[in-house]
Amino acid sequence: MGTANDIEKGLSDWAREHYGAAAAIAGLRRLSGGASQETWAFEIEAGEKSEPLILRRAPGGTAAARSSEAITLAIEAALLEATDKAGVRVPGVRHVSPPGSALGEAFVMKRVAGETLGRKILRDAEFETARARLTQQCGEALARIHSVPLTGLPKLPTSLGRNQIDKYEAVYREFDLPRPVFELAFAWLKDNEPEPADPVLVHGDFRLGNLIVDENGLAAVLDWELAHIGDPREDIAWLCVNSWRFGQTENRVGGFGQLDELLDAYAAAGGARYRPADIDWWEIMGSLKWGVMCMTMYGAFKTGADPSVERAAIGRRVSENEIDLINLFEGLGRHA
Amino acid sequence: MHDAPSAKELIEAVKSFLDKTAMVQLQGHAAFHARVASNALATVLREMEQRPAAEARERDRLQALLKSDEADVGKLNRKLCEEIRTKRVDLSTPGLLTHLKSTTIDQLSVDQPGYSGLRTAAR
Repeated sequence: MGTANDIEKGLSDWAREHYGAAAAIAGLRRLSGGASQETWAFEIEAGEKSEPLILRRAPGGTAAARSSEAITLAIEAALLEATDKAGVRVPGVRHVSPPGSALGEAFVMKRVAGETLGRKILRDAEFETARARLTQQCGEALARIHSVPLTGLPKLPTSLGRNQIDKYEAVYREFDLPRPVFELAFAWLKDNEPEPADPVLVHGDFRLGNLIVDENGLAAVLDWELAHIGDPREDIAWLCVNSWRFGQTENRVGGFGQLDELLDAYAAAGGARYRPADIDWWEIMGSLKWGVMCMTMYGAFKTGADPSVERAAIGRRVSENEIDLINLFEGLGRHA
Repeated sequence: MHDAPSAKELIEAVKSFLDKTAMVQLQGHAAFHARVASNALATVLREMEQRPAAEARERDRLQALLKSDEADVGKLNRKLCEEIRTKRVDLSTPGLLTHLKSTTIDQLSVDQPGYSGLRTAAR
């Protein structure tokens, strides 16, 4: 199971059942081949109408290859529905296919038009209006995500600040490649840990690259694989991490906006009232986390699991996170 | 041992082949990996040129910071990590942040000289 023909047949059967006997699948094509996820684009054609859709599917239709922290596709689909209800712009879910079915573990969602590439969104003239609106829209979207009632949600992992220090420190120590800047960051994070906030639904990877942006701004929030129960400041700070500003460092929010404006929009949309200084701890956590994740990607080369030049070279990007951490530490000194 | 061509010349030749011949004939994933490979060779060339002096400066700073005459930079860095982990050294230690900043700037000048954070650090 898992060839394009099998998928086309599974989708065609579903389409006829839900859109009528004349419905057909067109233009099925693979968009990406991540280790944990297949993404396919296709259209359903029923009479005069054509609807662009996306199929998200476990590789080969089974969940065996997924990493331990990524949530299942069924949970991802449930999160899209729950956040949709809370007023977050997300792709509507059309169908959920359980493990063992003809399509395998998968779901079908609406295909939202727009751009995801950070550099294009930050640079191209067609996104000028979008850029002016994006900070406000992201503040609102984050407040709404964080407002989703936890009682109705499927079971998600919980990961607060202290859990993340412990987790990434264990990964870092396992490499036995001492890096004084990371050592300092772990020590500082432990010594300066803020009081945990009331736990909320956290997206976990809210940044350009995972947002669909059209000429009017934020069109859809994608990639819910790292969603968990955690601290709302994690999402706000992750959007500020310099790695996701794509060179536009002067704009702390995603390379497009200022933190004051984001926090105002967040509070106005019902989120807690945070000050920029409340975000510093989590931004340091975010830069450190991405540095350790880059080490992990290099680790896949070192162990031979992925011998590509790309995995080798990413080990020489860890110093990007080190300079970001140093710049953040210097900023703390200036604000204090 | 002879040195004609030198290691530097060989790497330059391979990089030139990737840039001018291979990359233009490749598509998709292979073209992407060829570009990454060319960038990796550029890193190696910068490292050959910059590492000896940068590492000597790093050694001097570490020896002063740790009051040590150890010559091995790897061992000195292990020692510094241990000092930070056991809280004998922290952000308030004179010279620590300056040392880490200089070392990281030198490292990035080899690894990713175009990275935005390097410009921020230079301000």
